[in-house]
Amino acid sequence: MPNFIMSYLDGSVRGTPGEAGSQFWALIYVFIIFTGVSVAVMAMNWLERKALAHFQIRLGPMRVGPHGLLQPIADAIKLMLKEDIIPAEADQFVFWIAPMIGLLAAFAVYTVIPFGPSQAVSDMNIGILFMLGVSSLGVLGIVVAGWASNSHYPLIGALRSSAQMVSYEVAMGLAVVSAILMTSMNASGTGTLSMIGIVRAQQEQGVWFIFKFFPLGLIAFVIFAIAMIAETNRAPFDMAEAESELTAGYHTEYSGLRWSLFMLAEYATMIAVSSIAVTLWLGGWMRPFPNLLRAPAWDFIFSLFPGLTFVGLAAIALVGVVRMPVHSFFRIQRIGLAVFAALLGLIALLLLTIAVAGRSVDTTVAASSVARFREGIDHVYWFVLKVAVFMYLFIWYRATWPRYRFDQLMRVGWKVLLPISLGVLVVTAIVGVIVS
Amino acid sequence: MNAGTPDGSNAHTNDRTHDVANRGLSNLDLDAPATPYLDSNELIINMGPQHPATHGVLRVILKLDGEKVLGTECVIGYLHRGVEKIGENRTYTMFNPYVDRMDYVAAVSNGLGYCEAVEKLMNVEAPARAKYIRVILTELNRVASHQLWLGTHALDIGAMTPLFYTFRDREEILKIFEKYCGARLTTHAFRIGGCQYETYAGFEKEVKNFLTYVAPKIDEYEELLTTNRIWLERTKNVGVISSADCVALGVTGPVLRASGVKWDLRKAQPYAAYSEFDFDIPVGTNGDTYDRYLVRVAEMRQSLRIIEQAVNGIPEGPIMARVPKVIKPPVGEIYHSIEAPKGELGYFIVSDGTTQPYRLRVRPPSFVNLQALNRMVRGLLVADVIAVIGTIDIVLGEVDR
Repeated sequence: MPNFIMSYLDGSVRGTPGEAGSQFWALIYVFIIFTGVSVAVMAMNWLERKALAHFQIRLGPMRVGPHGLLQPIADAIKLMLKEDIIPAEADQFVFWIAPMIGLLAAFAVYTVIPFGPSQAVSDMNIGILFMLGVSSLGVLGIVVAGWASNSHYPLIGALRSSAQMVSYEVAMGLAVVSAILMTSMNASGTGTLSMIGIVRAQQEQGVWFIFKFFPLGLIAFVIFAIAMIAETNRAPFDMAEAESELTAGYHTEYSGLRWSLFMLAEYATMIAVSSIAVTLWLGGWMRPFPNLLRAPAWDFIFSLFPGLTFVGLAAIALVGVVRMPVHSFFRIQRIGLAVFAALLGLIALLLLTIAVAGRSVDTTVAASSVARFREGIDHVYWFVLKVAVFMYLFIWYRATWPRYRFDQLMRVGWKVLLPISLGVLVVTAIVGVIVS
Repeated sequence: MNAGTPDGSNAHTNDRTHDVANRGLSNLDLDAPATPYLDSNELIINMGPQHPATHGVLRVILKLDGEKVLGTECVIGYLHRGVEKIGENRTYTMFNPYVDRMDYVAAVSNGLGYCEAVEKLMNVEAPARAKYIRVILTELNRVASHQLWLGTHALDIGAMTPLFYTFRDREEILKIFEKYCGARLTTHAFRIGGCQYETYAGFEKEVKNFLTYVAPKIDEYEELLTTNRIWLERTKNVGVISSADCVALGVTGPVLRASGVKWDLRKAQPYAAYSEFDFDIPVGTNGDTYDRYLVRVAEMRQSLRIIEQAVNGIPEGPIMARVPKVIKPPVGEIYHSIEAPKGELGYFIVSDGTTQPYRLRVRPPSFVNLQALNRMVRGLLVADVIAVIGTIDIVLGEVDR
């Protein structure tokens, strides 16, 4: 096996692939993340439609595949096959490049998201700064799209959303700064901007930052959680694409693949900002109670969670198979769902095997790489689980709340969130000085 | 790649809006020289007739300063079918189903108004049982209409979920209609002189079941909205109209009552069997969107009260008065109005003694109430225009006829 693969497997290289200087592994990670996020967006699409439907006493997609499982794929194919319309009066080049900008900004953020201590493309020492900077580039795509469409509704939508994003970024940034201040509460008094460093700081201090200096961390987190909804243009702050007012906002004139790129960017951004929140306040990849329940037995129990999750999913799918009406119309769907359940079960089995096998503290290269692999799975699992909770909240908000009006949104941003986040920042700094 | 000349599209919009201005119909200064696109202060935007929130084919020309509304111009007629003219060319009986197509979400009310107008012209009175059936169905229809309004209004303001809740419960009403007369929406439930159909077996029980079913559901809608912070912010002090303005513009219905005027034709000029029931007229105080919401929700509850009393007290007897097979009212004219879910629905019929009306004029509540739009939205934001169009509760079929 090539040396650079071996060096990674035997544990002589720690840290992220980018850090280790291995272009190969960095590329592999980029590929995995790109695919993973795209798949996650598709899954999110299905989940949103399903969950929203159940909030609203509907069934949601039921026809394409069992329980509409193949709906996102059908949608993607439909969007790709659609005629590519560029309005005659639009600025062709800018119209063409706008969704690319949005998508690029959304995906570039994933460079520094730490799914685990070494499960990141790169551990930039200014990670959080990079993240905020790149994610705010997304607004450029929206503004440019609205302008290039050369139409009234998109223009208003674009202006609204740029004003909205810019104003909420201020409160968001201040909330982030108060979390960064907390990273410096250690013996040497040095803070960090590195995403991995921030999680490590929470590990060392033995507390998720959401509970640090209670309730300061919590307030900062809530501000961030509100600002990130506005940042991603989701309900109840979905002014930019307020369907009832502006038909579809900045992407009114877009259709087909270009439109789907906007959607992809929106969902990717949602996942990205949720990841920031998880990293900053919810302990990133750490499992619950890493300090309190630190015995190896607890370690083992928590490492069973990924497998058990898939067991649960497989069980839900099996229940679906059983509950499906007995009729020849449903035969294919039934088989499909059973196969899906079997697939989930297989994954569960694999994960459980790894969890059990990785328990041994053997020193052979093979055993220790299984243990490391098991660790990696755990990290990614807990990170993804926390992000998934945010994703669910996004859907929940959308089902529950009416939409804010534009001026009210601005008022909330500037007159409520900004002063509070500023206050929290100052108080956090004072408390930090007193405590240290 | 010259993107700096979007003036083309601006000019295009102005062309479309100019037809209104040229006919002297506009209150907006549309002839003002078109200012360049991006650095202009005023923007003329065409909302509708294809727009998700104009409730059909209403077209509103908005003059905006940024997002602030300087003025509006409603362009109607996209759904004009000449109902009044059709009325002159049909016999009284044949015209009856046409009125269902005006306010198609409250078809029963339309039918009631028309039948009662013709009955009054002929000096015929429907039997007591028919009157009770009419009241039950009309009030059920009022609940259905308000439910549809609530769902779509909330959707306009961005709350998706109430729509599905209200449609689920409206379905129960439509089922009752369907069982009674075979149609769900354009019911044609009543005939001149009474009702054609006797109630089906189990009608009373089903209506009572519906009453017990829907009362907690109305609480459920209120739970979602009434104390919701965002809902309050979006509706309080939005689209305020004073009682004096309402009266001056001829606005009726919940919009008038939300401004504090206690005027309900069911109490003021009782028709059908309304004088026999005990119910309140909910009124608001501020005349804003929130009060109109509260008034309509309270009206749903009052309707349930009326239905309960009517179902419990429904008399036995014939359902059809003695009317000739060929309806030929005496020469004369009549104006009869009822309290439709949206306001005063009036029918003015001139008879020349033949089988067809000489002239038939409908006073539709939606059309008259829509006049208040401009007064309500001046100085508000674009998002409020949507909220206000929703709160007036228009049905374009009735506006255009």
